[in-house]
Amino acid sequence: MVDYFWSTIWPWIIWTPILKTIQSLAFIVPLLILIAYIIYADRKIWAAVQLRRGPNVVGPWGLLQSFADMAKFLFKEPIIPSGSNKVLFLLAPLIAAFVTIAVWAVIPIGSGWPAAEGTSWVVANINVGILYVLAISSLEVYAIIIGGWASNSKYPFLSALRSAGQMISYEVSIGFVIVTVLLLVGSLNMTDIVLAQQTGLANWLGVPSLTILNWFWLPLFPMFIVFFISALAETNRPPFDLPEAESELVAGFMVEYSSSLYMLFMLGEYLAVTFMCAMITILFLGGWLPPADIAIFNWIPGIFWFMAKLWMVFFMFAMVKAFVPRYRYDQLMRLGWKVFLPLSLFMVVAVASVLHFFDLAP
Amino acid sequence: MGIADLFFYLFSALTIGSAVMVISARNPVHAVLFLILAFINAAGLFLLLGAEFLAMLLIIVYVGAVAVLFLFVVMMLDVDFAELRAGYMKYFPVGATIGFIVLAELMALFGAWKLEGGISVTPKAPIPDIATLTNTEAIGRVLYTDYIFYFEAVGIILLTAMVGAIVLTFRQNDKAKRQNIADQVARTPQTSIKIKKVETGKGI
Repeated sequence: MVDYFWSTIWPWIIWTPILKTIQSLAFIVPLLILIAYIIYADRKIWAAVQLRRGPNVVGPWGLLQSFADMAKFLFKEPIIPSGSNKVLFLLAPLIAAFVTIAVWAVIPIGSGWPAAEGTSWVVANINVGILYVLAISSLEVYAIIIGGWASNSKYPFLSALRSAGQMISYEVSIGFVIVTVLLLVGSLNMTDIVLAQQTGLANWLGVPSLTILNWFWLPLFPMFIVFFISALAETNRPPFDLPEAESELVAGFMVEYSSSLYMLFMLGEYLAVTFMCAMITILFLGGWLPPADIAIFNWIPGIFWFMAKLWMVFFMFAMVKAFVPRYRYDQLMRLGWKVFLPLSLFMVVAVASVLHFFDLAP
Repeated sequence: MGIADLFFYLFSALTIGSAVMVISARNPVHAVLFLILAFINAAGLFLLLGAEFLAMLLIIVYVGAVAVLFLFVVMMLDVDFAELRAGYMKYFPVGATIGFIVLAELMALFGAWKLEGGISVTPKAPIPDIATLTNTEAIGRVLYTDYIFYFEAVGIILLTAMVGAIVLTFRQNDKAKRQNIADQVARTPQTSIKIKKVETGKGI
Protein backbone atom coordinates (compact mmCIF):
# COMPACT_ATOMS: atom_id res chain seq x y z
CA MET A 1 0.00 0.00 0.00
CA VAL A 2 2.82 2.34 0.89
CA ASP A 3 4.59 1.40 -2.34
CA TYR A 4 1.42 2.07 -4.29
CA PHE A 5 1.19 5.50 -2.69
CA TRP A 6 4.74 6.44 -3.66
CA SER A 7 4.61 4.87 -7.11
CA THR A 8 1.20 6.09 -8.29
CA ILE A 9 -0.72 8.37 -5.98
CA TRP A 10 2.10 10.71 -5.00
CA PRO A 11 3.57 11.41 -8.47
CA TRP A 12 0.34 11.37 -10.50
CA ILE A 13 -2.40 12.54 -8.17
CA ILE A 14 -0.57 14.91 -5.82
CA TRP A 15 2.79 16.06 -7.13
CA THR A 16 2.13 16.56 -10.85
CA PRO A 17 -1.06 18.61 -10.38
CA ILE A 18 0.70 20.83 -7.81
CA LEU A 19 3.71 21.31 -10.08
CA LYS A 20 1.55 22.06 -13.12
CA THR A 21 -0.60 24.49 -11.11
CA ILE A 22 2.49 26.40 -9.98
CA GLN A 23 3.86 26.42 -13.54
CA SER A 24 0.56 27.63 -14.97
CA LEU A 25 0.19 30.38 -12.37
CA ALA A 26 3.77 31.48 -12.96
CA PHE A 27 2.83 31.83 -16.61
CA ILE A 28 -0.71 33.22 -16.38
CA VAL A 29 -0.09 36.00 -13.82
CA PRO A 30 2.69 37.72 -15.84
CA LEU A 31 0.60 37.12 -18.95
CA LEU A 32 -2.36 39.01 -17.47
CA ILE A 33 -0.09 41.86 -16.39
CA LEU A 34 1.28 41.92 -19.93
CA ILE A 35 -2.31 42.16 -21.22
CA ALA A 36 -2.93 45.16 -18.91
CA TYR A 37 -0.02 46.97 -20.57
CA ILE A 38 -0.98 45.78 -24.06
CA ILE A 39 -4.36 47.49 -23.54
CA TYR A 40 -2.59 50.59 -22.22
CA ALA A 41 -0.22 50.61 -25.20
CA ASP A 42 -3.11 50.17 -27.63
CA ARG A 43 -4.85 53.23 -26.20
CA LYS A 44 -1.66 55.30 -26.02
CA ILE A 45 -0.61 54.53 -29.61
CA TRP A 46 -4.10 55.22 -30.91
CA ALA A 47 -4.14 58.48 -28.99
CA ALA A 48 -0.72 59.50 -30.27
CA VAL A 49 -1.77 58.97 -33.90
CA GLN A 50 -4.81 61.21 -33.30
CA LEU A 51 -2.72 63.83 -31.43
CA ARG A 52 -4.45 63.07 -28.14
CA ARG A 53 -2.84 62.19 -24.82
CA GLY A 54 -4.65 58.97 -24.05
CA PRO A 55 -4.79 57.62 -20.48
CA ASN A 56 -2.57 59.88 -18.36
CA VAL A 57 -4.20 60.29 -14.96
CA VAL A 58 -3.99 57.03 -13.00
CA GLY A 59 -0.38 56.48 -11.90
CA PRO A 60 2.68 57.99 -13.62
CA TRP A 61 1.89 58.54 -17.34
CA GLY A 62 -1.36 56.66 -16.73
CA LEU A 63 0.50 53.37 -16.32
CA LEU A 64 -2.03 52.02 -13.82
CA GLN A 65 -5.07 52.85 -15.99
CA SER A 66 -5.84 49.21 -16.90
CA PHE A 67 -5.87 48.17 -13.24
CA ALA A 68 -8.22 51.00 -12.37
CA ASP A 69 -10.50 49.93 -15.22
CA MET A 70 -10.42 46.36 -13.97
CA ALA A 71 -11.44 47.41 -10.46
CA LYS A 72 -14.24 49.50 -11.92
CA PHE A 73 -15.59 46.61 -13.98
CA LEU A 74 -15.43 44.20 -11.05
CA PHE A 75 -17.41 46.43 -8.69
CA LYS A 76 -20.14 47.38 -11.15
CA GLU A 77 -23.48 45.66 -11.03
CA PRO A 78 -23.78 42.88 -13.63
CA ILE A 79 -27.04 43.26 -15.53
CA ILE A 80 -28.54 40.13 -17.06
CA PRO A 81 -31.40 40.83 -19.50
CA SER A 82 -34.61 39.14 -18.38
CA GLY A 83 -35.28 37.75 -21.86
CA SER A 84 -31.86 36.14 -22.14
CA ASN A 85 -30.91 32.51 -21.79
CA LYS A 86 -29.16 32.93 -18.43
CA VAL A 87 -26.88 29.88 -18.41
CA LEU A 88 -25.55 30.50 -21.91
CA PHE A 89 -25.38 34.25 -21.29
CA LEU A 90 -23.00 33.62 -18.39
CA LEU A 91 -21.16 30.82 -20.19
CA ALA A 92 -20.14 32.88 -23.24
CA PRO A 93 -17.69 35.32 -21.56
CA LEU A 94 -16.24 32.45 -19.53
CA ILE A 95 -15.53 30.52 -22.74
CA ALA A 96 -13.95 33.64 -24.26
CA ALA A 97 -11.53 34.09 -21.36
CA PHE A 98 -10.86 30.40 -20.68
CA VAL A 99 -10.11 29.43 -24.28
CA THR A 100 -7.81 32.36 -24.94
CA ILE A 101 -5.80 31.62 -21.78
CA ALA A 102 -5.67 27.86 -22.46
CA VAL A 103 -4.19 28.35 -25.90
CA TRP A 104 -1.07 29.96 -24.38
CA ALA A 105 -0.06 26.62 -22.83
CA VAL A 106 1.97 25.57 -25.87
CA ILE A 107 3.71 28.91 -26.57
CA PRO A 108 7.47 28.62 -25.96
CA ILE A 109 8.77 31.95 -24.65
CA GLY A 110 12.48 31.33 -24.17
CA SER A 111 15.29 28.89 -24.83
CA GLY A 112 15.62 25.98 -22.45
CA TRP A 113 18.53 25.18 -20.19
CA PRO A 114 20.81 23.75 -21.53
CA ALA A 115 19.94 25.46 -24.78
CA ALA A 116 21.30 22.81 -27.13
CA GLU A 117 18.88 20.02 -26.31
CA GLY A 118 15.88 21.39 -28.17
CA THR A 119 14.06 22.43 -25.01
CA SER A 120 12.32 25.69 -24.20
CA TRP A 121 10.36 27.58 -21.56
CA VAL A 122 6.90 26.26 -22.22
CA VAL A 123 4.11 24.96 -19.99
CA ALA A 124 3.21 22.00 -22.25
CA ASN A 125 5.73 20.89 -24.86
CA ILE A 126 3.43 18.64 -26.90
CA ASN A 127 4.01 16.96 -30.27
CA VAL A 128 0.96 18.47 -31.92
CA GLY A 129 1.42 22.03 -30.62
CA ILE A 130 0.22 23.75 -33.79
CA LEU A 131 -2.85 21.51 -34.02
CA TYR A 132 -3.61 22.28 -30.38
CA VAL A 133 -3.47 25.98 -31.20
CA LEU A 134 -5.82 25.55 -34.18
CA ALA A 135 -8.18 23.34 -32.16
CA ILE A 136 -8.44 25.59 -29.12
CA SER A 137 -8.61 28.84 -31.06
CA SER A 138 -11.40 27.40 -33.21
CA LEU A 139 -13.46 27.33 -30.00
CA GLU A 140 -13.19 31.12 -29.65
CA VAL A 141 -15.98 31.61 -32.17
CA TYR A 142 -18.41 29.87 -29.79
CA ALA A 143 -18.02 32.60 -27.19
CA ILE A 144 -19.23 35.14 -29.74
CA ILE A 145 -22.03 33.03 -31.24
CA ILE A 146 -23.37 31.93 -27.85
CA GLY A 147 -23.05 35.44 -26.42
CA GLY A 148 -24.87 36.91 -29.39
CA TRP A 149 -27.65 34.35 -29.35
CA ALA A 150 -28.17 34.17 -25.58
CA SER A 151 -28.60 37.97 -25.33
CA ASN A 152 -31.93 37.58 -27.18
CA SER A 153 -31.49 40.91 -28.92
CA LYS A 154 -31.13 41.86 -32.57
CA TYR A 155 -27.79 43.66 -32.72
CA PRO A 156 -25.85 40.99 -30.83
CA PHE A 157 -27.40 38.28 -32.98
CA LEU A 158 -26.53 40.01 -36.26
CA SER A 159 -23.04 40.55 -34.93
CA ALA A 160 -22.69 36.89 -33.96
CA LEU A 161 -23.67 35.80 -37.47
CA ARG A 162 -21.18 38.19 -39.05
CA SER A 163 -18.48 37.09 -36.69
CA ALA A 164 -19.00 33.37 -37.26
CA GLY A 165 -18.68 33.87 -41.00
CA GLN A 166 -15.62 36.05 -40.63
CA MET A 167 -13.70 33.84 -38.21
CA ILE A 168 -14.37 30.62 -40.14
CA SER A 169 -13.31 32.26 -43.43
CA TYR A 170 -10.00 33.50 -42.13
CA GLU A 171 -9.22 30.30 -40.22
CA VAL A 172 -8.93 28.65 -43.64
CA SER A 173 -6.18 30.95 -44.89
CA ILE A 174 -4.43 30.92 -41.49
CA GLY A 175 -4.42 27.12 -41.71
CA PHE A 176 -2.79 27.15 -45.14
CA VAL A 177 -0.17 29.71 -44.10
CA ILE A 178 0.72 27.52 -41.13
CA VAL A 179 1.02 24.54 -43.51
CA THR A 180 3.65 26.39 -45.57
CA VAL A 181 5.65 27.02 -42.39
CA LEU A 182 5.28 23.40 -41.32
CA LEU A 183 6.59 22.25 -44.70
CA LEU A 184 9.85 24.06 -43.93
CA VAL A 185 9.99 22.73 -40.37
CA GLY A 186 8.85 19.12 -40.66
CA SER A 187 7.32 19.06 -37.18
CA LEU A 188 4.14 20.22 -35.44
CA ASN A 189 5.99 21.09 -32.22
CA MET A 190 6.20 24.83 -31.45
CA THR A 191 9.73 24.57 -30.04
CA ASP A 192 10.90 22.76 -33.20
CA ILE A 193 9.40 25.55 -35.32
CA VAL A 194 11.57 28.13 -33.55
CA LEU A 195 14.67 25.94 -33.57
CA ALA A 196 14.25 25.29 -37.31
CA GLN A 197 14.87 29.02 -37.84
CA GLN A 198 18.40 28.80 -36.44
CA THR A 199 19.79 27.95 -39.88
CA GLY A 200 18.49 28.88 -43.27
CA LEU A 201 18.76 31.63 -45.83
CA ALA A 202 21.60 33.52 -44.06
CA ASN A 203 23.93 30.51 -44.19
CA TRP A 204 22.91 29.90 -47.76
CA LEU A 205 23.70 33.51 -48.76
CA GLY A 206 27.05 33.31 -46.95
CA VAL A 207 26.31 35.79 -44.12
CA PRO A 208 25.77 33.37 -41.21
CA SER A 209 26.04 36.09 -38.53
CA LEU A 210 22.95 37.89 -39.83
CA THR A 211 20.57 35.38 -38.26
CA ILE A 212 17.59 37.67 -38.90
CA LEU A 213 17.68 36.43 -42.50
CA ASN A 214 17.22 32.84 -41.28
CA TRP A 215 13.74 33.50 -39.96
CA PHE A 216 10.81 32.44 -42.09
CA TRP A 217 9.53 35.96 -42.77
CA LEU A 218 11.96 36.28 -45.68
CA PRO A 219 11.61 32.96 -47.57
CA LEU A 220 7.83 33.02 -46.99
CA PHE A 221 7.40 36.77 -47.37
CA PRO A 222 3.91 36.97 -48.95
CA MET A 223 2.66 34.47 -46.36
CA PHE A 224 3.96 36.69 -43.56
CA ILE A 225 1.73 39.51 -44.80
CA VAL A 226 -1.23 37.18 -45.42
CA PHE A 227 -0.89 35.82 -41.90
CA PHE A 228 -0.70 39.30 -40.41
CA ILE A 229 -3.86 40.46 -42.17
CA SER A 230 -5.67 37.19 -41.42
CA ALA A 231 -4.69 37.54 -37.77
CA LEU A 232 -6.34 40.98 -37.74
CA ALA A 233 -9.51 39.49 -39.19
CA GLU A 234 -9.45 36.44 -36.93
CA THR A 235 -9.21 38.53 -33.76
CA ASN A 236 -11.85 41.06 -34.93
CA ARG A 237 -9.35 43.90 -34.82
CA PRO A 238 -9.89 47.01 -36.92
CA PRO A 239 -10.10 47.28 -39.96
CA PHE A 240 -12.06 44.01 -39.69
CA ASP A 241 -13.98 44.76 -36.49
CA LEU A 242 -17.34 44.17 -38.15
CA PRO A 243 -18.76 42.06 -35.31
CA GLU A 244 -18.61 45.08 -33.04
CA ALA A 245 -18.86 47.83 -35.65
CA GLU A 246 -20.15 50.54 -33.33
CA SER A 247 -21.51 52.72 -36.12
CA GLU A 248 -23.83 49.93 -37.33
CA LEU A 249 -24.32 47.47 -34.49
CA VAL A 250 -23.80 49.70 -31.41
CA ALA A 251 -21.24 47.36 -29.81
CA GLY A 252 -21.95 44.08 -31.54
CA PHE A 253 -22.26 40.91 -29.51
CA MET A 254 -21.27 42.77 -26.33
CA VAL A 255 -24.25 45.15 -26.29
CA GLU A 256 -26.08 43.39 -23.47
CA TYR A 257 -23.01 42.66 -21.39
CA SER A 258 -21.90 44.76 -18.45
CA SER A 259 -19.42 44.81 -15.58
CA SER A 260 -17.22 41.73 -15.05
CA LEU A 261 -18.87 39.74 -17.87
CA TYR A 262 -17.95 42.50 -20.31
CA MET A 263 -14.46 42.57 -18.83
CA LEU A 264 -14.04 38.84 -19.53
CA PHE A 265 -14.94 39.45 -23.19
CA MET A 266 -12.44 42.30 -23.45
CA LEU A 267 -9.81 40.21 -21.69
CA GLY A 268 -10.44 37.36 -24.13
CA GLU A 269 -10.18 39.72 -27.09
CA TYR A 270 -6.86 41.20 -26.02
CA LEU A 271 -5.51 37.78 -25.03
CA ALA A 272 -6.36 36.59 -28.55
CA VAL A 273 -4.68 39.63 -30.10
CA THR A 274 -1.53 39.15 -28.02
CA PHE A 275 -1.61 35.46 -28.83
CA MET A 276 -1.65 36.24 -32.54
CA CYS A 277 1.37 38.52 -32.02
CA ALA A 278 3.11 35.62 -30.28
CA MET A 279 2.19 33.27 -33.14
CA ILE A 280 3.63 35.68 -35.74
CA THR A 281 6.76 35.94 -33.58
CA ILE A 282 7.13 32.16 -33.43
CA LEU A 283 6.17 31.29 -36.99
CA PHE A 284 7.92 34.08 -38.87
CA LEU A 285 10.22 36.04 -36.57
CA GLY A 286 12.29 33.29 -34.95
CA GLY A 287 10.68 33.27 -31.48
CA TRP A 288 13.35 33.87 -28.85
CA LEU A 289 16.31 33.78 -31.27
CA PRO A 290 18.54 36.91 -31.37
CA PRO A 291 18.52 38.89 -34.65
CA ALA A 292 22.30 38.70 -35.19
CA ASP A 293 25.02 36.31 -34.09
CA ILE A 294 26.87 38.84 -31.89
CA ALA A 295 28.22 37.93 -28.43
CA ILE A 296 26.21 40.63 -26.59
CA PHE A 297 23.00 39.60 -28.33
CA ASN A 298 23.59 35.96 -27.46
CA TRP A 299 24.06 36.82 -23.75
CA ILE A 300 20.69 38.53 -23.53
CA PRO A 301 18.10 35.96 -22.38
CA GLY A 302 15.75 34.68 -25.10
CA ILE A 303 12.65 35.92 -23.30
CA PHE A 304 13.81 39.50 -23.96
CA TRP A 305 13.96 38.92 -27.72
CA PHE A 306 10.61 37.16 -27.65
CA MET A 307 8.96 40.08 -25.85
CA ALA A 308 10.67 42.65 -28.07
CA LYS A 309 9.34 40.94 -31.20
CA LEU A 310 5.89 40.51 -29.66
CA TRP A 311 5.70 44.22 -28.84
CA MET A 312 6.92 45.13 -32.31
CA VAL A 313 4.18 43.07 -33.93
CA PHE A 314 1.63 44.52 -31.51
CA PHE A 315 2.76 48.04 -32.44
CA MET A 316 1.83 47.21 -36.04
CA PHE A 317 -1.56 45.90 -34.86
CA ALA A 318 -2.16 49.16 -33.00
CA MET A 319 -1.05 51.33 -35.93
CA VAL A 320 -3.36 49.47 -38.32
CA LYS A 321 -6.21 50.11 -35.89
CA ALA A 322 -5.35 53.79 -35.85
CA PHE A 323 -5.15 54.51 -39.57
CA VAL A 324 -7.02 51.95 -41.70
CA PRO A 325 -10.74 52.52 -42.28
CA ARG A 326 -13.14 49.63 -41.67
CA TYR A 327 -13.85 47.14 -44.46
CA ARG A 328 -17.32 46.50 -45.73
CA TYR A 329 -18.55 42.95 -45.13
CA ASP A 330 -18.52 41.89 -48.81
CA GLN A 331 -14.99 43.30 -49.20
CA LEU A 332 -13.91 41.30 -46.19
CA MET A 333 -15.34 38.09 -47.64
CA ARG A 334 -13.80 38.80 -51.04
CA LEU A 335 -10.38 39.31 -49.47
CA GLY A 336 -10.62 36.08 -47.50
CA TRP A 337 -12.03 33.72 -50.13
CA LYS A 338 -10.96 35.21 -53.45
CA VAL A 339 -7.53 36.62 -52.63
CA PHE A 340 -5.99 34.93 -49.60
CA LEU A 341 -7.34 31.42 -50.11
CA PRO A 342 -6.05 30.98 -53.72
CA LEU A 343 -2.78 32.73 -52.84
CA SER A 344 -2.06 30.61 -49.79
CA LEU A 345 -3.15 27.43 -51.58
CA PHE A 346 -0.79 28.25 -54.45
CA MET A 347 2.03 28.92 -51.99
CA VAL A 348 1.50 25.54 -50.30
CA VAL A 349 1.93 23.82 -53.67
CA ALA A 350 4.86 26.06 -54.65
CA VAL A 351 6.76 25.62 -51.39
CA ALA A 352 6.16 21.86 -51.41
CA SER A 353 7.36 21.62 -55.04
CA VAL A 354 10.52 23.61 -54.37
CA LEU A 355 11.31 21.52 -51.30
CA HIS A 356 10.66 18.30 -53.20
CA PHE A 357 12.46 19.01 -56.48
CA PHE A 358 15.49 20.68 -54.93
CA ASP A 359 15.62 17.98 -52.28
CA LEU A 360 15.48 20.50 -49.42
CA ALA A 361 12.69 18.90 -47.41
CA PRO A 362 13.58 18.38 -43.73
CA MET B 1 -6.76 1.78 -10.98
CA GLY B 2 -4.50 4.38 -12.55
CA ILE B 3 -5.13 7.98 -13.40
CA ALA B 4 -5.82 7.10 -17.05
CA ASP B 5 -8.73 4.84 -15.99
CA LEU B 6 -10.17 7.63 -13.90
CA PHE B 7 -10.09 10.01 -16.85
CA PHE B 8 -11.47 7.32 -19.13
CA TYR B 9 -14.56 6.94 -16.96
CA LEU B 10 -14.91 10.72 -16.66
CA PHE B 11 -14.70 11.31 -20.41
CA SER B 12 -16.92 8.37 -21.37
CA ALA B 13 -19.56 9.24 -18.79
CA LEU B 14 -19.63 12.84 -20.06
CA THR B 15 -19.70 11.67 -23.69
CA ILE B 16 -22.65 9.36 -23.11
CA GLY B 17 -24.42 11.85 -20.87
CA SER B 18 -24.13 14.69 -23.37
CA ALA B 19 -25.07 12.36 -26.25
CA VAL B 20 -28.29 11.53 -24.39
CA MET B 21 -28.89 15.24 -23.86
CA VAL B 22 -28.45 15.84 -27.62
CA ILE B 23 -31.55 13.80 -28.38
CA SER B 24 -33.54 14.79 -25.30
CA ALA B 25 -32.88 18.55 -25.05
CA ARG B 26 -36.00 20.56 -25.89
CA ASN B 27 -34.14 23.52 -27.34
CA PRO B 28 -32.26 22.64 -30.56
CA VAL B 29 -29.52 25.16 -29.76
CA HIS B 30 -28.90 23.35 -26.46
CA ALA B 31 -28.85 20.06 -28.37
CA VAL B 32 -26.08 21.33 -30.67
CA LEU B 33 -24.10 22.62 -27.69
CA PHE B 34 -24.37 19.20 -26.03
CA LEU B 35 -23.20 17.66 -29.30
CA ILE B 36 -20.12 19.90 -29.09
CA LEU B 37 -19.53 18.74 -25.50
CA ALA B 38 -19.77 15.13 -26.72
CA PHE B 39 -17.19 15.84 -29.47
CA ILE B 40 -14.77 17.41 -27.00
CA ASN B 41 -15.05 14.47 -24.60
CA ALA B 42 -14.56 12.03 -27.48
CA ALA B 43 -11.38 13.96 -28.30
CA GLY B 44 -10.36 13.40 -24.67
CA LEU B 45 -10.87 9.65 -25.16
CA PHE B 46 -8.65 9.76 -28.26
CA LEU B 47 -5.95 11.51 -26.22
CA LEU B 48 -6.07 8.73 -23.62
CA LEU B 49 -5.45 6.21 -26.42
CA GLY B 50 -2.35 8.15 -27.47
CA ALA B 51 -4.02 9.27 -30.71
CA GLU B 52 -3.25 12.98 -30.24
CA PHE B 53 -3.47 13.77 -33.95
CA LEU B 54 -7.00 12.37 -34.26
CA ALA B 55 -8.05 14.13 -31.06
CA MET B 56 -6.93 17.54 -32.35
CA LEU B 57 -8.42 16.90 -35.78
CA LEU B 58 -11.76 15.94 -34.23
CA ILE B 59 -11.88 19.29 -32.46
CA ILE B 60 -10.66 21.34 -35.44
CA VAL B 61 -12.97 19.77 -38.01
CA TYR B 62 -16.09 18.86 -36.07
CA VAL B 63 -16.16 21.38 -33.25
CA GLY B 64 -14.43 24.23 -35.07
CA ALA B 65 -16.21 24.00 -38.42
CA VAL B 66 -19.07 21.49 -38.70
CA ALA B 67 -20.75 22.25 -35.38
CA VAL B 68 -20.47 26.00 -35.99
CA LEU B 69 -22.48 25.55 -39.17
CA PHE B 70 -25.00 23.38 -37.31
CA LEU B 71 -25.36 26.07 -34.68
CA PHE B 72 -25.68 28.69 -37.41
CA VAL B 73 -28.50 26.82 -39.15
CA VAL B 74 -30.32 25.90 -35.94
CA MET B 75 -30.25 29.49 -34.70
CA MET B 76 -31.55 30.83 -38.00
CA LEU B 77 -34.30 28.26 -38.46
CA ASP B 78 -37.74 28.95 -37.09
CA VAL B 79 -38.38 25.50 -35.62
CA ASP B 80 -41.86 24.63 -34.45
CA PHE B 81 -41.42 22.12 -31.62
CA ALA B 82 -45.06 21.09 -31.32
CA GLU B 83 -45.03 20.07 -34.98
CA LEU B 84 -41.79 18.14 -34.51
CA ARG B 85 -43.18 16.27 -31.51
CA ALA B 86 -46.38 15.37 -33.38
CA GLY B 87 -44.72 12.73 -35.53
CA TYR B 88 -42.73 11.30 -32.64
CA MET B 89 -44.75 8.12 -32.10
CA LYS B 90 -45.14 7.51 -35.82
CA TYR B 91 -41.38 7.43 -36.43
CA PHE B 92 -40.43 5.74 -33.18
CA PRO B 93 -40.54 2.11 -34.52
CA VAL B 94 -38.31 3.01 -37.52
CA GLY B 95 -35.81 4.84 -35.31
CA ALA B 96 -35.79 2.04 -32.74
CA THR B 97 -35.17 -0.59 -35.45
CA ILE B 98 -32.22 1.33 -36.90
CA GLY B 99 -30.81 1.91 -33.43
CA PHE B 100 -31.15 -1.77 -32.57
CA ILE B 101 -29.37 -2.83 -35.81
CA VAL B 102 -26.46 -0.50 -35.10
CA LEU B 103 -26.25 -1.78 -31.51
CA ALA B 104 -26.29 -5.44 -32.69
CA GLU B 105 -23.57 -4.74 -35.24
CA LEU B 106 -21.39 -3.03 -32.66
CA MET B 107 -21.83 -5.96 -30.26
CA ALA B 108 -20.99 -8.48 -33.00
CA LEU B 109 -17.91 -6.48 -33.93
CA PHE B 110 -16.79 -6.25 -30.32
CA GLY B 111 -17.33 -9.99 -29.82
CA ALA B 112 -15.34 -10.89 -32.94
CA TRP B 113 -12.59 -8.48 -31.92
CA LYS B 114 -12.35 -10.05 -28.46
CA LEU B 115 -12.30 -13.63 -29.88
CA GLU B 116 -9.58 -12.73 -32.42
CA GLY B 117 -7.44 -11.38 -29.62
CA GLY B 118 -7.44 -7.68 -30.39
CA ILE B 119 -6.43 -5.67 -33.43
CA SER B 120 -2.69 -6.23 -32.96
CA VAL B 121 -2.99 -9.85 -34.18
CA THR B 122 -4.32 -9.14 -37.67
CA PRO B 123 -3.42 -5.57 -38.68
CA LYS B 124 -3.83 -4.65 -42.34
CA ALA B 125 -0.63 -2.59 -42.22
CA PRO B 126 2.25 -2.92 -39.73
CA ILE B 127 1.62 -0.78 -36.65
CA PRO B 128 4.65 1.46 -36.06
CA ASP B 129 6.14 1.84 -32.62
CA ILE B 130 4.77 5.00 -30.97
CA ALA B 131 8.18 5.72 -29.44
CA THR B 132 9.91 6.02 -32.82
CA LEU B 133 7.26 7.75 -34.90
CA THR B 134 4.79 10.47 -33.96
CA ASN B 135 1.29 9.50 -34.94
CA THR B 136 0.95 12.42 -37.35
CA GLU B 137 3.82 10.95 -39.35
CA ALA B 138 2.52 7.38 -39.02
CA ILE B 139 -0.90 8.34 -40.44
CA GLY B 140 0.73 10.38 -43.21
CA ARG B 141 2.85 7.44 -44.27
CA VAL B 142 -0.07 5.10 -44.87
CA LEU B 143 -2.60 7.70 -45.99
CA TYR B 144 -0.49 9.11 -48.83
CA THR B 145 0.99 5.77 -49.99
CA ASP B 146 -1.19 2.68 -49.50
CA TYR B 147 -4.49 4.53 -49.32
CA ILE B 148 -3.85 7.37 -51.77
CA PHE B 149 -6.65 6.31 -54.15
CA TYR B 150 -9.22 6.12 -51.36
CA PHE B 151 -8.01 9.45 -50.09
CA GLU B 152 -8.41 11.11 -53.48
CA ALA B 153 -11.76 9.42 -54.04
CA VAL B 154 -12.98 10.96 -50.77
CA GLY B 155 -11.73 14.34 -51.97
CA ILE B 156 -13.66 14.02 -55.24
CA ILE B 157 -16.84 12.94 -53.43
CA LEU B 158 -16.62 16.01 -51.18
CA LEU B 159 -15.99 18.23 -54.21
CA THR B 160 -19.08 16.79 -55.93
CA ALA B 161 -21.15 17.43 -52.83
CA MET B 162 -19.89 21.01 -52.71
CA VAL B 163 -20.65 21.64 -56.39
CA GLY B 164 -24.11 20.13 -55.88
CA ALA B 165 -24.84 22.39 -52.94
CA ILE B 166 -23.70 25.47 -54.86
CA VAL B 167 -25.77 24.55 -57.95
CA LEU B 168 -28.87 24.01 -55.81
CA THR B 169 -28.62 27.30 -53.96
CA PHE B 170 -26.99 29.68 -56.43
CA ARG B 171 -29.37 32.14 -58.09
CA GLN B 172 -28.18 34.57 -60.69
CA ASN B 173 -29.41 37.98 -59.66
CA ASP B 174 -29.01 40.63 -62.36
CA LYS B 175 -30.44 43.39 -60.19
CA ALA B 176 -27.81 43.13 -57.47
CA LYS B 177 -25.18 45.85 -57.59
CA ARG B 178 -21.70 44.47 -57.82
CA GLN B 179 -18.43 46.25 -57.33
CA ASN B 180 -15.56 45.67 -59.69
CA ILE B 181 -12.56 45.93 -57.40
CA ALA B 182 -10.11 46.42 -60.30
CA ASP B 183 -12.11 49.42 -61.56
CA GLN B 184 -12.23 50.87 -58.06
CA VAL B 185 -8.50 50.54 -57.60
CA ALA B 186 -7.81 52.03 -61.03
CA ARG B 187 -9.74 55.21 -60.23
CA THR B 188 -7.67 58.39 -60.24
CA PRO B 189 -8.55 61.95 -59.20
CA GLN B 190 -8.82 62.84 -62.92
CA THR B 191 -11.51 60.22 -63.58
CA SER B 192 -13.56 60.83 -60.45
CA ILE B 193 -13.45 64.56 -59.73
CA LYS B 194 -14.33 67.39 -62.07
CA ILE B 195 -13.22 70.83 -60.89
CA LYS B 196 -15.18 73.75 -62.22
CA LYS B 197 -14.82 77.45 -61.73
CA VAL B 198 -18.15 78.77 -60.56
CA GLU B 199 -18.83 82.42 -61.21
CA THR B 200 -20.52 84.35 -58.45
CA GLY B 201 -24.31 84.46 -58.66
CA LYS B 202 -24.62 82.05 -61.60
CA GLY B 203 -24.19 78.47 -60.48
CA ILE B 204 -23.39 75.62 -62.82
